[in-house]
Amino acid sequence: MKRFFAQCYIWLLLIVLYAPIVFIAVFSFTESKVLGNWTGFSTKLYANLFTGNMQGTGSLMSAIENTLIIALIAATVSTILGTIAAIGIHNMRGRAKHAITFLNNIPMLNPDIITGVSLFLLFVFLHVSQGYVTVVLAHITFCTPYVVLSVLPKLTQMNPNIYEAALDLGATPFQALRKVLMPMLKPGMISGFILAFTMSLDDFAVTFFTRGTIGLDTLSTYIYTDARKGGLTPELRPMITIMFVGILLLLLIINIRKIRNSNQQAA
Amino acid sequence: MNKRSSWALPYAIFLVLFVALPLILIMVYAFQDSSGSFTFANFTKFFTDADAIGTFALSLEVAIENTAICILLGYPAAWILANRKLNRSAVTIVLFIMPMWINALMRTLATAELFHMVGIQLGKGTLLVGMVYDYLPFMIYPIYNILNKMDKSYAEAAADLGATPWQVFWKVQVPLSMPGVVSGIMMVFMPTVSTFAISEFLTNNKIKLFGTIIQENINSSMWNYGAALSLIMLVIIGITTLLQDNNKENSGVIV
Repeated sequence: MKRFFAQCYIWLLLIVLYAPIVFIAVFSFTESKVLGNWTGFSTKLYANLFTGNMQGTGSLMSAIENTLIIALIAATVSTILGTIAAIGIHNMRGRAKHAITFLNNIPMLNPDIITGVSLFLLFVFLHVSQGYVTVVLAHITFCTPYVVLSVLPKLTQMNPNIYEAALDLGATPFQALRKVLMPMLKPGMISGFILAFTMSLDDFAVTFFTRGTIGLDTLSTYIYTDARKGGLTPELRPMITIMFVGILLLLLIINIRKIRNSNQQAA
Repeated sequence: MNKRSSWALPYAIFLVLFVALPLILIMVYAFQDSSGSFTFANFTKFFTDADAIGTFALSLEVAIENTAICILLGYPAAWILANRKLNRSAVTIVLFIMPMWINALMRTLATAELFHMVGIQLGKGTLLVGMVYDYLPFMIYPIYNILNKMDKSYAEAAADLGATPWQVFWKVQVPLSMPGVVSGIMMVFMPTVSTFAISEFLTNNKIKLFGTIIQENINSSMWNYGAALSLIMLVIIGITTLLQDNNKENSGVIV
């Protein structure tokens, strides 16, 4: 009985939580311009999205493209910068280490809007004209700390003698790095990359403040401007649906596998 | 070996340039007028402006209410999810975590549109409900995590020593799960107090929150006033972070 009520509570919460998304998904299959107005089943919005045959397509498509490119560059650069930094930090001691980990924590603790405003002021102060480059730099700023924090534990777990042994056996420092250190850090780098990539995809506030006035849009800023203009572009409905279903499947697969594995290990 | 500490140098320079300097600039701009001379005017402007103070108070109020509702709804949910007797399915946990991975603007927009269709007037009520929608998963997840890792023998020991199930819950499980609640509060309170786009969507721009005023001032080139407002928000964030740190030290039992 207790179990029944508990399950009822859980599923009730889930139904309420997912109602808006389901609602968007349902209305992605009708042509009506206004949400909530059902004008019969149609996949036209999906067709429009893929063929690019719609009003203002250019801007939505380029917003999606920008989002992906920026996330890819930011995540790649953050992973490289963060991994090298983590190796350095791991070998640091005392006050310097404290200072750098403190600075590294700031972008994670700061609300987006503060990061955005502070970087905006930096670019104003340095007289840098804002656009693509400043957005990418800003994204690297808030992504790298996550990479550092993903790689550092791998370094702590590692036996330092292995690297020394490689050197003793005649490996050059570069070979030891590539053949010994990197493979051991790889899981941390990969999870850091994924974290950085999703943080960048998800960002709105920082992009909003650092994109300048050249009309650069990512998906988030596109949605923001679109929603403020009043009518939401109908083609956003199928897009939200596709993204949601994609993430849903991916996460379900990854997590269920992970939970099964850990349950097996625990048993 | 120690030579490799210099590998952190590029990132150290990067951090100084893109993290430390920008924060210093917020402070510098906050205490300057538009011609660049030192002034307190930005702060006196804020503290004498009834509208701005009202918005600030409202933002705090909404953030506190949202956090409280999230704890009230989220704690039981996390408790059920972490209890093997009440919940055996891994899918429900994933379903609760998942919204965290979806663009917040999209989720908020969907919520606002749903209110719109059902015919609910957008206002403070919808703002709160929408925020709970957005942030509930961020409260459930850390609490679930800590409850899940909690050593079950504490509760068993308490029961063996004669505590009623209710006492076990209040005197053992709740105190032990406090670190999870605290990180949940951080993950809900901080974004709510600083949000701007979300509140605009959920109230159709009728209700302004503190974040919105910062954005409006920065966008209309009132950088100095915007910086002063940001500095005020930074102070609030700083206080919350310090409170969390203290709490961590006091409850070091399981962390």
